[in-house]
Amino acid sequence: MQKDFVLEWRQKYAFNGMLLYVGSTVFICYLSFSLRFGGLEVPVWNALYWIILLFTAVNAIAKGFAQESRGRLLYYYSIVSPQGVILAKMLYNAALMLVLSLLCFIFYAVVIGNPVQDVGMFLLTIVLGALGFASSLTMISGIAAKAANTGTLMAVLSFPVMVPMLLMLMKMSKNAIDGLDPSVSLDEALVLLAINMIVITVSYILFPYLWRS
Amino acid sequence: MKLTLWKWLTIALLLYTVVVGMLSEVPRLAILNETIRNLYFHVPMWFGMIVILLVSVVYSIKYLRNPLTRNDIIAHEAAKVGILFGVLGIVTGMEWARFTWGEYWSNDPKQNASAIGLLIYFAYLILRGSFQDHQQRARISAVYNIFAFAALIPLLFILPRLTDSLHPGNGGNPGFNSYDLDSRLRAVFYPAVIAWTLLGIWMVHLRTRLEVLKQRFYENA
Repeated sequence: MQKDFVLEWRQKYAFNGMLLYVGSTVFICYLSFSLRFGGLEVPVWNALYWIILLFTAVNAIAKGFAQESRGRLLYYYSIVSPQGVILAKMLYNAALMLVLSLLCFIFYAVVIGNPVQDVGMFLLTIVLGALGFASSLTMISGIAAKAANTGTLMAVLSFPVMVPMLLMLMKMSKNAIDGLDPSVSLDEALVLLAINMIVITVSYILFPYLWRS
Repeated sequence: MKLTLWKWLTIALLLYTVVVGMLSEVPRLAILNETIRNLYFHVPMWFGMIVILLVSVVYSIKYLRNPLTRNDIIAHEAAKVGILFGVLGIVTGMEWARFTWGEYWSNDPKQNASAIGLLIYFAYLILRGSFQDHQQRARISAVYNIFAFAALIPLLFILPRLTDSLHPGNGGNPGFNSYDLDSRLRAVFYPAVIAWTLLGIWMVHLRTRLEVLKQRFYENA
């Protein structure tokens, strides 16, 4: 499993590409919003942040399976169990998403401005979000990689599945931005955790069937 | 016409639902007025959709355990009928909302959630369309079907309860089991749920037989 992690880590150019992707998206948002209105309303700030992250996540994680060559997949197949593969991929993607979303937050805050009042809570939201995005998208990218038109399929399959998570995340981060008491967000945090658990369990059970083909 | 018992039951219950549902006395409530009869058509659609999608998931699981073409066909056809029920549910709901909430689409959490649920299953159909190989298509779409259903559960049953909604049964609005669903409504509502669900199962049954026959025909041709 650790080997898998290391193998993924070697593809640093992909990671750098994603960093640049985040950076330029934020900058485009800055240019297209701030010039016209001079500053962002809090709900817009919040929505925009999560939408940027959503697209980043879809792009970053879609590479996970599609990029693998046929020979390497066969090699994995012979040395590790499918459960090991999916867990390693999820862990790697979660770490990747965590780094990306933190950097995105920092860059976003610097360029567009930071209205967040309860930073701790916001960071917790980011952690939950990164975990959730990674777990659900890893499975979807595994499915989409098998099909003919991976790019479109990835978006079509993942967006509806992600919406509940995204709504919870937005509400939670809105609470954090407004500096409400953490107990207000407890419900959302629990639901998010529950969704993550469901998704991870289901992927863990289903992935062996996907892997076989 | 030779029909088994449950099919006769379906026909009888549907006739009962339509005739009695349209003609019987209903409670007079402000705003709702006669639109309360939509209870016999709109709500059973969702019950039916859930049951039929559950059938689809069960057959997807069966397919993964035992890859028979028949299991895959049932899962596929059940998903299609489930989508039909979902679309009808949304349309009847929108029609009802036009006269009670004032607009076809008022950005209500329940409306949004059901629209997203439908998107998930449209994605399932798209996914099925993008494979050439039959076995691969069957297996991978079965995997997605189960995955999507797991994602659908929080969407339909948890999220709407956390947010305020105009929909009956939410945000302090009266729903089932409260004062407004009296015995006259129940007398039609429960048979209606059974009737529409059975109709859906009948449709899946027919479609499956047709598909199996088609496959056999192509194999022999």
